Amino acid sequence: MYTKDNESYFIVDAHVALWDARPENQRNIHGKQFIDCFYDYHRNLSPESEHWSYEDYLYQGGERLMHDLFEVGYVDHAIFQPAHLGEFYTNGFGQTEEASQLAAKHPDRLTYNHHFDPRNGEAGLEQLHADAERFGLRGVKLYTAEWHGESRGWKLTDPWAYRYFEACRELGITNIHIHKGPTIRPLDRDAFDVADIDHVASDFTDLNFIVEHVGLPRLEDFCWIATQEPNVHGGLAVAMPFIHTRPRYFAQILGELVYWIGEDRIQFSSDYAIWTPKWLIERFVDFQIPEDMTEYAPLTVAQKKKILGLNAAKMYDLEVPAELRLPEADETATGPREPERADLAAV
Amino acid sequence: MTLLTCENTRESQAYAALHAVVDPELDEPITDLGFVRSLTASPTGPDCETVRVEVHLRLPTSFCSPNFAYLMASDAKDALTALPWTDQVIVELDDHHDSDLINAGLAADAGYLGTFRHEAESSLDELRTTFHRKAHTAALERCLTRLLRGQPDLAEDAVGEVRLGDLPDDDFTASLRRRRAVLGLPDLPEAYVLVDHDNERPSDIPLALRRARSTRISIDGNAHFCRGLLATRYGEEVTSPAFVPLTDLHREGASS
Repeated sequence: MYTKDNESYFIVDAHVALWDARPENQRNIHGKQFIDCFYDYHRNLSPESEHWSYEDYLYQGGERLMHDLFEVGYVDHAIFQPAHLGEFYTNGFGQTEEASQLAAKHPDRLTYNHHFDPRNGEAGLEQLHADAERFGLRGVKLYTAEWHGESRGWKLTDPWAYRYFEACRELGITNIHIHKGPTIRPLDRDAFDVADIDHVASDFTDLNFIVEHVGLPRLEDFCWIATQEPNVHGGLAVAMPFIHTRPRYFAQILGELVYWIGEDRIQFSSDYAIWTPKWLIERFVDFQIPEDMTEYAPLTVAQKKKILGLNAAKMYDLEVPAELRLPEADETATGPREPERADLAAV
Repeated sequence: MTLLTCENTRESQAYAALHAVVDPELDEPITDLGFVRSLTASPTGPDCETVRVEVHLRLPTSFCSPNFAYLMASDAKDALTALPWTDQVIVELDDHHDSDLINAGLAADAGYLGTFRHEAESSLDELRTTFHRKAHTAALERCLTRLLRGQPDLAEDAVGEVRLGDLPDDDFTASLRRRRAVLGLPDLPEAYVLVDHDNERPSDIPLALRRARSTRISIDGNAHFCRGLLATRYGEEVTSPAFVPLTDLHREGASS
């Protein structure tokens, strides 16, 4: 919990990882390229005081994670969203055993989501059933640009993916977190395109689809799809740290999200260990849309509370102290919110 | 006064030719983005009448999309090959997860299908078209928003009536006209500004403008992020010849 100016915020960090990118776990050059790319994200978008050394960054371990999130990071509950990356790392990038054991030890603090890959066919479906039972899964993290033999990407509308979503439905795995990446088959198309999310969200209205990075680098396509599908949500991983480097851009991202999908479907996350939650939460609570951006209404304390934790808590049925709860906004389920905010005559 | 060698002149000309190569996703020339890491011209005939040009490209991360990476690299090769005095053109993409694949494809002039084989279906034309359309949408939003900011009494619905001839003769308008030309939209003063790629006017003006705005925000945001990441990745690495100092990129990437 974070308290400032007599307001208390229940914090859910909806996207964290416990990874191992140390050289002994790297399968090939791509393992190094991948963590180096993350490290550049970290160095480029973090305040200098929050920079980690490269060695610390390669592997953080459970103890440090508990410290960074819960002892100093104000987080009440965090959700593991592991990326497998089996073609890049011998024992995978996200550490299944360590993370799931940590979650089992601290069920009030941590939720472990796992991953699946529809290209694993029947065997993968069986594995999903086993994983659902073993981890008590409520959600999964899917990375569409995962490499898999000759294939370097898949679409949510692939026939096998539908088999997996049907299994999710049966197994009570209701929260599907989606992370788009740079490769897809065929490469003729834009790999970051989020159009397939539109289809699955319409076909599986009883599942929640949380688009990580709010669709970045395709924010506009995400907003357009999410405004039409009430079960599509936006995760702020990667978007959050712009609050430091480019606050005006961050204001525009948030302004667009609140306009297109509303305050009840946006989830905070630090994307730990790319960034740490402490400074992001402090900055976010202090954040306001710049006054000259009159095309967006100012952010309210209630909106901040929802984004920082209440929205994800609702999705994952987390126990929130009664005094910190808020009702849902009385808004349209689809289409732009409070369209008067779009009044450009005031721009 | 420094005397320019014929190699220097050819390098400048080759670099100028690369200015026409655009990152389709960011809608900016690769030269402005700092993606040209090095460019060297070596004479293969007297007085640089024929020249071998070697270019190295670099991107903000190893995991930038391979299809966009290939488009830029192959466009760069085409632009240099089209110069009358180049007799050998080498374009290589450095430090990318698909560097080996793309560089082999470029060296063999294998084309998109030959380079990506089973991962390629027909061509990258559709991808290119998608981003030409986005670039146009963003360009018209910049023009209309600038107009609205300058004319506080202009009603929002009225932007649907704005025509090319109503726009001031400025950089935004010039940029919009270039993007309209790419899509084959009319370049006439009476042509409407708020149209889609098929020159259709939207029925809901405020919504169309809001959608256009989200497109513009997205493209601008990506361009800044990529500039910042490139500066972080390559630091103060010296390019040869020195084209765009990374410190400039850093400053631009860090500003809001």
